[in-house]
Amino acid sequence: MRAVEPWVVAPLEAFLHESQAKLCLLMTTAGQVIAQHGFVRAVDVMGVAALGAGIVASTGELARTLSWPPFGMVVHQGPQQAHLLASFDTPRGRWIALVVFGTDTSLGLVQLFLEQLVQDLAAAAPAAPAPQPVLAADFERELNSSLRTLFGS
Amino acid sequence: MSESKFETALDLVTRVPGVRGAMLVSAADGVVVAEALMDEMKGNAVAALAASLAGRLRRAVEGAGRGAPRFVQLTGSEGTLLAAPWGEEVLLVAVADRSVNAGLARLEMFRALEILA
Repeated sequence: MRAVEPWVVAPLEAFLHESQAKLCLLMTTAGQVIAQHGFVRAVDVMGVAALGAGIVASTGELARTLSWPPFGMVVHQGPQQAHLLASFDTPRGRWIALVVFGTDTSLGLVQLFLEQLVQDLAAAAPAAPAPQPVLAADFERELNSSLRTLFGS
Repeated sequence: MSESKFETALDLVTRVPGVRGAMLVSAADGVVVAEALMDEMKGNAVAALAASLAGRLRRAVEGAGRGAPRFVQLTGSEGTLLAAPWGEEVLLVAVADRSVNAGLARLEMFRALEILA
C-alpha cells in the first residue's frame, strides 16, 4: 500500500485488513490519487482514477438531472469480483474510494468498513496547511514526488 | 414474494419476548433485504457481520462433512444472535437480549421460514 499523505496509511491499512479488499484507490473528485493498494503499474492507476472520478461525476449529474440527492455509492457486481465507488467528505475535501473485492468478502462488509474508514480519516487528518501560491516548478516537483511515492520509481 | 409476507415472517420473530430485531439478509452480499429492528440497532453492520459469520460456519460445517448448518446460535455476555438460512441465498437473523427464550425464538424462526417458502 502506498500513500501520498502519510496520515492516510493507518486508516487505510485497517480498512484493507478488515474488508479483505483486493484493490483500493483513494482519490480526490478531480482524479488526483491520494493512496493506492494492489495496483502494480502507474498507467493502470491513472486510468482507473480518471474513470472512477468520471463515473462519480456522471452519476452525480444523472442524480441532479432527475432531481435526486447525489448517489453515495455505485456498485458493479460480477460473478467473481465486484467494485464499489463511493464519494465522501474528509477534512481535506471530497474524496472518492474505489474498492475491488472478490468472493472472500461481501458488499456488506466492504460498506461497513468503508464507513469506518471515513470516520478514521476524519479523526486522523492533521490541520490543513495554509494555501500557497502554485508555481510551475513546485507543481512538477510535487507531481514527481507523488508518483515516486505511489509507485516507487 | 410480497412485502406483507416479509413483514409477517419478521413480525413472528420479533413478537418473541427478548427479541430486539429480526432481518432478512442476502447471504452472499451481507446486505439487508428486509428488517424489523429497534431504532438504535445498526442493521447494516449486523447484516454484514452475521452473513460473514454464517458463511464461514457453513464452510466449516460442510468441511467437517456434516452438511449445511440449519441454525446458528451465538451467545454473548449481553445477548444472543440467532441465524437460520432460507435456501442458499437468504439468511433470517434475529438479535435478542439475555432474557430471550432461545428455544421459542428458534421455533418461531423456523415458522417464519415456512411462511417465506
